[in-house]
Amino acid sequence: MITMEHVCKSYRIAKRNAGFREACRSLFHRETEEIQALKDVSFTIRDGEMVGYIGPNGAGKSSTIKILSGILTPDSGTVLVDGRVPHRDRIAHVKEIGVVFGQRSQLWWDVPVIDSFELLKDIYTIPDNIYKKNLEELTELLNLGELLRSPTRQLSLGQRMRCEIAASLLHSPRILFLDEPTIGLDAVSKLAVREFIRRQNQLHKTTVILTTHDMQDIEALASRIILIGKGHILMDGTLEDIRRGGENIDETVAELYRSYDIAN
Amino acid sequence: MKKYLSFFRLRFVLGLQYRVAALAGIATQFAWGFMEIMIFTAFYRADADAFPMSLSATSSYIWLQQAFLALFAAWMMDNEIFDSIINGGIAYELCRPIDIYNMWFCRNAANRLARAVLRCMPILLVAAFLPEPYGLAAPASAGHFLLFLVTLVLGFAMTVSFCMLIYVMTFFTISPQGLRILFTSALEFLTGGVIPLPFFPDNVRQVMELLPFAAMQNVALRIYSGSMSGSEMLKAVTLQLFWLTAVTAAGKMLCRMAVRRVVVQGG
Amino acid sequence: MRNLSSAIKLYRHYISINIRSMMQYKTSFFLTAMGQFLVSFNVFLGIFFMFKRFSAVDGFFYSEVLLCYSIVLLEFSLAEMFVRGFDTFSGMVRTGEFDRVLVRPRNEILQVLGSKFELTRIGRMLQAVVMFIYGITRSGVAWTFPKILTVVFMLAGGTAVFSGLFIIYAALCFFTLDGLEFMNIFTDGAREFGKYPVGVYGEKMLLFATFFVPYALIQYYPLLFILGRRTAPFYILLPLAAFWFLIPALALWKFGVRHYTSSGS
Repeated sequence: MITMEHVCKSYRIAKRNAGFREACRSLFHRETEEIQALKDVSFTIRDGEMVGYIGPNGAGKSSTIKILSGILTPDSGTVLVDGRVPHRDRIAHVKEIGVVFGQRSQLWWDVPVIDSFELLKDIYTIPDNIYKKNLEELTELLNLGELLRSPTRQLSLGQRMRCEIAASLLHSPRILFLDEPTIGLDAVSKLAVREFIRRQNQLHKTTVILTTHDMQDIEALASRIILIGKGHILMDGTLEDIRRGGENIDETVAELYRSYDIAN
Repeated sequence: MKKYLSFFRLRFVLGLQYRVAALAGIATQFAWGFMEIMIFTAFYRADADAFPMSLSATSSYIWLQQAFLALFAAWMMDNEIFDSIINGGIAYELCRPIDIYNMWFCRNAANRLARAVLRCMPILLVAAFLPEPYGLAAPASAGHFLLFLVTLVLGFAMTVSFCMLIYVMTFFTISPQGLRILFTSALEFLTGGVIPLPFFPDNVRQVMELLPFAAMQNVALRIYSGSMSGSEMLKAVTLQLFWLTAVTAAGKMLCRMAVRRVVVQGG
Repeated sequence: MRNLSSAIKLYRHYISINIRSMMQYKTSFFLTAMGQFLVSFNVFLGIFFMFKRFSAVDGFFYSEVLLCYSIVLLEFSLAEMFVRGFDTFSGMVRTGEFDRVLVRPRNEILQVLGSKFELTRIGRMLQAVVMFIYGITRSGVAWTFPKILTVVFMLAGGTAVFSGLFIIYAALCFFTLDGLEFMNIFTDGAREFGKYPVGVYGEKMLLFATFFVPYALIQYYPLLFILGRRTAPFYILLPLAAFWFLIPALALWKFGVRHYTSSGS
């Protein structure tokens, strides 16, 4: 179970202004700006839930994911994941989670995928029998077969994403964070990835938290949607809650963004 | 021309925005120069008679070298140009109605100049206030200073021109990386970047001074402190002009050949 | 103990995957190794030509300076080979790769160490070995067991000092990515200027290199012992004393990681 209560997080960033005169002036005087990434964020996610976490860029999605995965310490508020405080017990915590950053690969570029998997086995100290069982299952469900023998650099984006997801599940995590898992994928791969995530959730009761801009992902996967904008949780409900009539999902969400005045 | 000026401005502003980087760079170059001077001082202490120029002239040489590093450093090449040649982005540039050699030449020059303008002042200023013979001495005479400025510009043009030759050669080689490493280290050594040319044995130096590499930083940095005689200066400037013309002509010719190859073979 | 053996097993796995990756690009590997050779060859040529003109500097002769430079070059190259992950750490922070390190249940230092193993430095080490052999044959050193032991300790201590500097460099990446150029003076600069015994640079520099960044402990003092200018046996152990430098380096690293997890930048 995941709970966040009244979590706040702010950053201080330096302003870099364009223009010749501005640049000269900033040589002597630097302005910084405080960005409040999260303002009093609270929610609870039960075991085995699939949640779509949506919002425009810069809304605080990745700060939330970072806090939940223990990479980032919140300024205030309490975070509990299965009884642990992620940033405090980070090492123990990350054993139980899997993270897929859609834009960044965790596989070694030049060696066969299976070599990266073997390394992950040592990183997570996965026992032989469990590794073998998981690998077999993932190979079958994600149809990895001959992909495992080819170097990552030779894979298509879709093939690579399937391998990335498998890599994040080798150690049987209880929670899976997916950051834009279908970005840039072709239609067939998208369907395959979604189908797999659904199966994984049903089969192993893995909690799935999904951030995405692709509303079809949400439609296909998320029974629950959390909308964040400008650091606030704006809505926490189901797809049915926001759908008013027969318009398609992109229009629905665009309308939602506009109504909360968070459209970029 | 306006285009290149605005490119220069852009780079300059970018440099200003990363002022911490600029400050760190200045500090590094300053420390570097300081260490170099200490080495030469130690050699001077060991045997002052074997010193080919005065210690003060050597210090000036080193400070000027550090201050104008961006103008002459061989390793400061434009990665974007290498990339565009290797990954074929060059095709876009060929579509534009400008001469590709001139454009790259100016871009390179602007890049180096923007960096140097930003960084040279503090180094020169501090070095000028260091005590004799460790600081930057005043130029030997007003005439020397004038000639220093002229040869500095010529040497700078020569450096860019030579780098252009290397970029263009990338078209014809299977290993741009190897080419680059080879030329960078050769350039560093032969231009007087490791030790000033006067410190080489006479017979070696005489040969080195005829090479195009000596027409880069060597001339200006030595003229400044008056460690070249009148006839030597004349010879050096003539060689600079000769090499600049020759290397630029060679670069342009190779560039035309390369462009034809790209157009014919499709990259 | 089980932790340690598991860590060693993982590190070996990292090295093997690094080497397998590198062997995908044999030409590039070969060229980079050669480039490493060329770049430091310039430094050697600089020394060579200076000694064509001068017979000694601060009482050190050509072969002795080569001995000094070759040991420093070996120390630096070893550190660069094993600790390259820290040397290129700014990239890891910039691309967010370090987040990946943090979501794995292993020590961050071990993971960063494992992220890169730079075998190409072998080119530079080859050159260092050649100079070293020239240096020991020409400098007239009578090699005894204590002197050989001193060289071994120098290599160990020197690798530790340069590794410490790379770790400091990496730790600073957590605070600024712009101002890092200055660290070059301590790493590349020390390799470059370490070609001459530290004493050449004067009293103040020697003090700095003894107590602040302990270059002199891994270069100047043990060199004096090897060349027979000092005889007290504690000179043998001085290079090992340089290991203290790892303590502040690792402390700064820990501090940096904590800063990173609280600021997230």
